[in-house]
Amino acid sequence: MGSKLGLIIKREYLAKVRNRSFIVMTILSPLLIVGMIVLIAYLAKINDDEVRVVSVLNESNYFDEGFISTRNISYVYLDQISLEAAKDSTASMGYYGLLHIPSGGSIENVARQAHLYTKDNPNTSVTQQLEDIFQKQLRQDRLGKLGVSSDQFSEVEKPFGLNLSTFEGEKSLKGINEIKAFIGGGFGYAIMMFIIIYGGFVMRSVIEEKTSRIIEVIISSVKPFQLMLGKIIGTSLAGITQFAIWIISASILLMLAVLLLGLDLGAMTGDTPLPQETMGGMSQFSSMDSEMMMYAKEVFDIPWGLLIVSFFVYFVLGYLIYSSIYAAIGAAVDNETDTQQFIFPIIMPLMLGIYVGFFSVFSNPNGPIAVAFSLFPLTSPIVMLMRLPGGIGQGGVPLWQLLLSISLLIVTFLGIVSLAAKIYRVGILMYGKKPTYKELIKWLRY
Amino acid sequence: MDHILVAKNVSKSYGNHKALSNISLEIPENCIYGLLGPNGAGKTSFIRIINQITHQDAGEIFFNGTPLAPDHIALIGYLPEERGLYKSMKVGEQALYLAQLKGLSKSEAKKRLKYWFDRLDIGDWWNKKIQELSKGMAQKVQFIVTVLHEPKLLIFDEPFSGFDPINANIIKDEIIELKKKGASIIFSTHRMESVEELCEYIALIHKSEKILDGKLSDIKKAYKNNIFNVGLQIQQDGEALIRTLGEKFNIISSNIDLLEKQLDFKVQLPSSHTSEILAELSKVANVNRFEETIPSASDIFIQTVNSKDNGK
Repeated sequence: MGSKLGLIIKREYLAKVRNRSFIVMTILSPLLIVGMIVLIAYLAKINDDEVRVVSVLNESNYFDEGFISTRNISYVYLDQISLEAAKDSTASMGYYGLLHIPSGGSIENVARQAHLYTKDNPNTSVTQQLEDIFQKQLRQDRLGKLGVSSDQFSEVEKPFGLNLSTFEGEKSLKGINEIKAFIGGGFGYAIMMFIIIYGGFVMRSVIEEKTSRIIEVIISSVKPFQLMLGKIIGTSLAGITQFAIWIISASILLMLAVLLLGLDLGAMTGDTPLPQETMGGMSQFSSMDSEMMMYAKEVFDIPWGLLIVSFFVYFVLGYLIYSSIYAAIGAAVDNETDTQQFIFPIIMPLMLGIYVGFFSVFSNPNGPIAVAFSLFPLTSPIVMLMRLPGGIGQGGVPLWQLLLSISLLIVTFLGIVSLAAKIYRVGILMYGKKPTYKELIKWLRY
Repeated sequence: MDHILVAKNVSKSYGNHKALSNISLEIPENCIYGLLGPNGAGKTSFIRIINQITHQDAGEIFFNGTPLAPDHIALIGYLPEERGLYKSMKVGEQALYLAQLKGLSKSEAKKRLKYWFDRLDIGDWWNKKIQELSKGMAQKVQFIVTVLHEPKLLIFDEPFSGFDPINANIIKDEIIELKKKGASIIFSTHRMESVEELCEYIALIHKSEKILDGKLSDIKKAYKNNIFNVGLQIQQDGEALIRTLGEKFNIISSNIDLLEKQLDFKVQLPSSHTSEILAELSKVANVNRFEETIPSASDIFIQTVNSKDNGK
């Protein structure tokens, strides 16, 4: 019996791996993903690079120094023209807007009468930046009246960033949760895509056996359950092969990158002592540098081994659950067009996992929602992987949660596979009409 | 007599639909057995139970004297009504795969496949894909796969559907050959005339019940009704002749061909004794045909179903 299962797995695996589309996918997908990332980065850059020009007509004696061009706003000063003329020229030059600061009275009065003219509703970040400029000058003026000198003011205004640490005393970093969840999310997303793609393969393969009418020939030699299991495992191995190829080639690329970049990093942060006189000027940079290094360290400190092992565990279990449902669907219908109504309810929890993951795990990887969804078997393969880059134990996922999540997944797998097998067993011999949900439930009792 | 397969009170239902009710059959070893009945009578359900694709709700099945068990699968060859092969897989690879699923070792399967491929003249198809073959060619491959593991019991569900007449004959000869070598064969079909001449035993299945079974020749004997087809070469007026004969015998129908001077009629005799009518006929004309009509399986089927329905 075992050798028959082996034969089926081998056939399904070879049928998948030899398929031309598999080979093309394996080579093409990484290129596509890299291409996508480059495209997104490029588009984001274009978006970021848009510089809005705001013309400033300042008739007052205040606010002369505030308007320093930033990364996305640059200022053009207009002089000695009327407001109407300024509006006309701003519009004709295609500038983003006109900031009018009228003359008259106190700084408070001037500020109150200042006005921004734009073509459409102004962008929030633009108004925000302008308001900040006013706010700062007004604050300085108000404090000045209370006897605060400008030196004292700039002392007061010094930016402040909170020092972040874990209980163990490791310095923690802003945004590192997001970065970690994002990395885990990448794995979770990969699982979702693979469940959908490889589940679809299983389903199509079942439909193919039905439509080519070979199914009865085969199940007169092996049990339907063996065939289903063999098909799911064979396809799953093909998927793992594909992943392994990607991970190995990615690690090779990464190692090459580290080898090349490693020399640079060494030169920048290494032991070569910097000349004393530049130390003061460099302090700003070296603190930024060390922060970058800390981020890099955090990313390297992500338990990659654990993550990759868990990825395979969750991938295999999640895939087994979903693909047995896909197999049952394939058995229930005669052709692919009939599958739609059954597929939607399967994809729902996957999507839910992704969205809940991105919204709750990002903000709080150990919050109640994140924990619940990382335990619930239909979403845990995705959500748990988003939490895992934080590690196991203190500060990360408690070990019991990981074990409970995997156990629940295994129990669910056994339950769902036995239900799916019943539908599969009946469905593969049914031809003709598309069954309703009611009929599927009836099949469970045959 | 030994039986390859014995079914005792086998029942099976799907939900509210009764597929088999209390079917009992005895299939003798080394014979050709016809499982006959219209579509939906329950034949395929019964065969699927033998192949352990589904299981009976009640009743017992014995294979070669022992209760049907999973390892009997290797002793059964099954050509289902709904049959096909993987379209994009190569013929040889596919046949090897299916043979190995039946428990043959790879080398043994290869050896036997080579023998059969040569025998059926399809040796050069080994590396072709099924989708490149015609339907009839694919059926040959299918047949080989069914018989390759030399099963003791061969089950053919609607065996000749999809075969062209030439290939159907080749397959028919192969099946007879297999029987000679000792295999027991079950034909299941609704086209009763297609297998009648081959079957030694039959069972008639109707609406999930067995209505008749036994040795075909015995059944035919039991169902014959002493109707004879007679042909006479006539010189004189055929009309008058048939009238005089009609006074003595129960003539069912008649037909006169003046051009050929031929009178054909059907007559039912009170018993199977023919000496009286033959003596009578030879006095008046030259007899060129005289044969007993033997009911076909489908005649018997219709007759049994009707009498059963009337009996209710």
